[in-house]
Formats: sequence, C-alpha cells, structure tokens
Amino acid sequence: MSRQNSQRIAFALITLAATAVILPIFFIVGYIIVQGGSALSWEFITAFPRDGMKAGGLLPAIVGTLLLTLGTGIVAVPIGIGAAIYLSEYAGDNTLTRAIRIAIINLAGIPSVVYGLFGLGLFVIFLNFGSSILAGSLTLGIMTLPTIISTAEEALRAVPQSFRLVSTSLGGTRWQTIRKVVLPQALPGIITGVILGLERAAGETAPILFTVAAFFLPKIPTSIFDQTMALPYHLYVISTQVPGMPIQIQYGTALVLLIFVLSMNLLATLIRRYYRRQRTW
Amino acid sequence: MKHKQSISLSERVIERTIQGTGISAIILVVLIFFFLIKEGVPAFFEIPITSLLTTRWYPIEDYYGLLPLIMGSLIITIGASLIALPLGLATAIFIAEIVPDWTRDILKPFVEVLAGIPSVVIGFMGMLMIAPLVRTTLDIPTGLTAFTGMVLLAWMALPTIVSVVEDVIDAVPKTYRDAGLALGLTRWQTIWRIVVPAGRTGILTALMLGVGRAIGETMTVMMVTGNAARVPRGILDIFMPARTMTATIAAEMGEVAQGSPHYHVLFAVGLTLFVITFIINLAAAAVVFRQTQRSERLLS
Repeated sequence: MSRQNSQRIAFALITLAATAVILPIFFIVGYIIVQGGSALSWEFITAFPRDGMKAGGLLPAIVGTLLLTLGTGIVAVPIGIGAAIYLSEYAGDNTLTRAIRIAIINLAGIPSVVYGLFGLGLFVIFLNFGSSILAGSLTLGIMTLPTIISTAEEALRAVPQSFRLVSTSLGGTRWQTIRKVVLPQALPGIITGVILGLERAAGETAPILFTVAAFFLPKIPTSIFDQTMALPYHLYVISTQVPGMPIQIQYGTALVLLIFVLSMNLLATLIRRYYRRQRTW
Repeated sequence: MKHKQSISLSERVIERTIQGTGISAIILVVLIFFFLIKEGVPAFFEIPITSLLTTRWYPIEDYYGLLPLIMGSLIITIGASLIALPLGLATAIFIAEIVPDWTRDILKPFVEVLAGIPSVVIGFMGMLMIAPLVRTTLDIPTGLTAFTGMVLLAWMALPTIVSVVEDVIDAVPKTYRDAGLALGLTRWQTIWRIVVPAGRTGILTALMLGVGRAIGETMTVMMVTGNAARVPRGILDIFMPARTMTATIAAEMGEVAQGSPHYHVLFAVGLTLFVITFIINLAAAAVVFRQTQRSERLLS
C-alpha cells in the first residue's frame, strides 16, 4: 500500500470517527428541540404541575433551579475568585501553594454523588439544615469551586505583568494594583468561568438528590430552609419513577433544562468572544 | 532614595482573607474526607469484612456484598475508556490537524456544548433511543445493559479527552512537523509518528481524566444500565444489566434510615470512590507536573 493511500485511509477513518462523535450532538439537541417544542407553551413554564405531574407546568422546578443556581453563585463566587487571586497574585512557590493546587485538582475530580453524600453528612445532618435550599446551594457551591478557581486564575494570569509593574511603580500597593488594574482586566474571563461553573451546577442531579430536591412539591419555596423541586431531578423523576408519564412532557422538560444550561453556555461563549476582540494586549 | 510602602491595616486584613479563601480548598478536601470516614467507617465494624467481599448485594435482607458494585463500576469504566480513547484521539486529530481553521473554530465550541449537556438529559435520551437500539440490534431481552452505559459514558468523557489532547497536539512545536515533512513523510506519517508520540504524556493525562470522569458519573449510568447487582461471569455479560457504585448510592440513599448499617455501607462506597478518584487525579497531576519540569529543562 502506498504512503498516499495509507494517508487517505487514515484520514477517512479519523473523519468517520469524528463524525460519529460530533453528529450525535446535533442529533440529540435537534431531536429534543423537535419533540419537546410541541410541549412548550406559556402554561408549561408558568403553571404548577397537576394530575400527578402529568399535566400543567414546571414552574416550581424552574424557580427551584434558578434559586439553587443563585445560591451556588453566592457560595462559590467570592471564595472561588478569592482563591484565584491568592494563587495568581500572592502565592509563592512553596509547600502551601502546592497543597492548595493538589486540593483543587482533587475537588475537581470528586464524583458529584460523593458531594451529595458530603452535603448530607455535613449540612443536612451534622449542621441540621435539613434537606433545604441552603444545604443544596452549599453542596453545589463547593462542587463548583474548582471550575471557578481554575478559570479565574487563568484569566488573572493572562493580564500582562507590565500592567502590574506600572501600577506598583506609580505607588500602588499590591491590593490596589489587583483591585484597580488586574481585576478589571481579567473580569470578562472571570465572568465566563463563573457562568460555565454555574451552568454545570444548574444541570446537576446527584448532589441535590439527598440535600434539597423534592419529588413533588407544588409550591414556591419561601425560605432557604425549604425543600424545592429542581429541573434535572424532575426530569429524572418523570422519566423513571412515574409510570404512564406522557412522552411530550418528558421531552418538554428536557428541552427547558437544555435551554436553561445551553443559553448560559452561549452567554459565556459570547462574552469571551466579545472581549477577546476588544482586548488591546 | 528608599521608599518603604506602608501597608494599611485594612489591606492586611484583605490579604489575610484572600489567603484564607485559598486555604479553604485544603480545608474542604479534608472536611469531605472526614465526613466520609465518619459516616462510612462504622460499616466495617457493623458488617464483617468477609460479608462485604461477597457477591450478593441485597440490603433488604442484610446482604452487603460489594463485589457486584465494584465489578460493575470497573467494567463500565474500562469499557467506556476503551471506546473513548480512540474516538477522542481521532476527534482531536481531526479538529487540530485535518480540518481548515474556520471549521475548527466551529467544531471546538460544539464539542464543548456536549460537555454542557446535563448527564440526566443524556441518560434520558439513552433510555429512549440508545437502549432500544441496543436491544433490537443485538436481539437481547433488555437494552438497559452495561454496554449501553459504556457507550454513553464514553461519549460524555469525550469533551475532556478531546480538549486535553487537542491542547497537547497544539503544543507540539511546529519545527517537529516541518522536520517530518522535510524528510519526505506524508502529513499522516508526521501526525502518527511524530506529533502523537511527542504528546503521549498529555494523551495519558487525558485518558486518566476521562477515566476519573467515567467512574464518577452517576445519573446516566443509573438510568441506562438496568441496575442489576450481579457479578459478570464472561465477556458477553456486558450485554446484561449491571450496577455501579455511584448508581447504588444515588438510588438507595434516599430510602435508608439514618445511622443504619445500610446507610453506613453507602457512605463506605462513597469513601471508596473518593479514594479511587483521589489517586487517579493525583497520578494525572504528577504526570503533568513531570512533563512541565521536563519541558522547562529542555527550554533552559
């Protein structure tokens, strides 16, 4: 076999494999849009579920997921950005820094269901928060930390060293330099990372199973100690736990969840693109 | 003239706080480990280790054999990795080396979209589409099998593998490629004999991260693998239902009495998962670390 032929065959196989990976993404997203589209209506997103969830809408699950995403942000954003600033601007090359890095790598690798167990053990039982939005947000927040820390650190490190030098040479202290020069420059990158982290949290099911998610609770939560329904868990419930559930409602729920997370993904991509063009360095 | 910067008290407080947030990562890992031990270790006192190492998982009658769950996780993870590695490598080569730049700019974010699809949605589609496909194609009684889980997990691990491998391929210096082409190699020979070997540690890292992701995946496997706790007896058993450690925790923790042996065993399973992923990630980090050191040596 000539070398040209072997190249042709290799490239054909690679193209085939790549198609087998990429095409199903189109297909799955497209299929959910087509199937779920017919279930979408104003009522579907603004009404409470009725008839054992077989009719009505998703309002409490949508509100629950919004609240949990917000709660996750409140927990993870300050700590995550703080840790990123520490690693990028303060940390020296020492044992403590290495230990922090190893800890972050491991936090990123812990299975989501193990976060659920941890949340159950610490927040729900030990601190006695019960199964609540508070416990769920803390659990999801901790799970989201490594994503936010690593993307924010990357954004901070991308700010050229000369910016810092100019600021300190003008008499700025380290913190003034960070707050007035480095942070504003890194902000778009940090925001992108935060959105991607929250996107992941919004779609997670396993960590909220034992810490907040309610099987069926047709009301809007009124306190952070309330349980709530959430979109991902609701999709799991109606597709596996409730016999005779109309397929349109299942696809509709999957579509709403998909729109929720993919619009966050799109937003992050747009912010990244926009600021990359604006950037002059 | 020497000018000493005076750092105000408030600035010192801010710096301490920032350091505290950094250290919180360590505290959290220790806390997670501590709570898994606190709730999981009692299992080893309540249930004799010989019972834990049996093949029967049937908690209602106090059978807590962990082997079927461990085997289930193991074969599904191995199977998923075997499927994901060649596909991931091919997709990364396709995106990095074969397609023109404009296609690359479209495909890269597209693969990232896959990473953003919640696992419960993939499990849902797997139940409705892949499982029936597996059942009718192979003519078996149910499509909810270990194999179905492997395929979906492989597909889900791909964004991680593709993006890491692509970065690695990108980082191979252009001079390597030029040298290959100048020696009369075809583009494919250059890719396969020079670029891929030069990036092999990175590819190994990608594989490990993919494995880490696959072993910890919960919702998808719970929805598509049929959840039958049984020890496989042969290779063809991958076309039978299986049950993983993660799915067991997710499916059963909601219904156990707090503080019961069953509750403690589920935490012990979580502890096992924690230790496994800890080791995998540490190993992956060590590979990356060695690699950076080596390239620093080469460049200096």
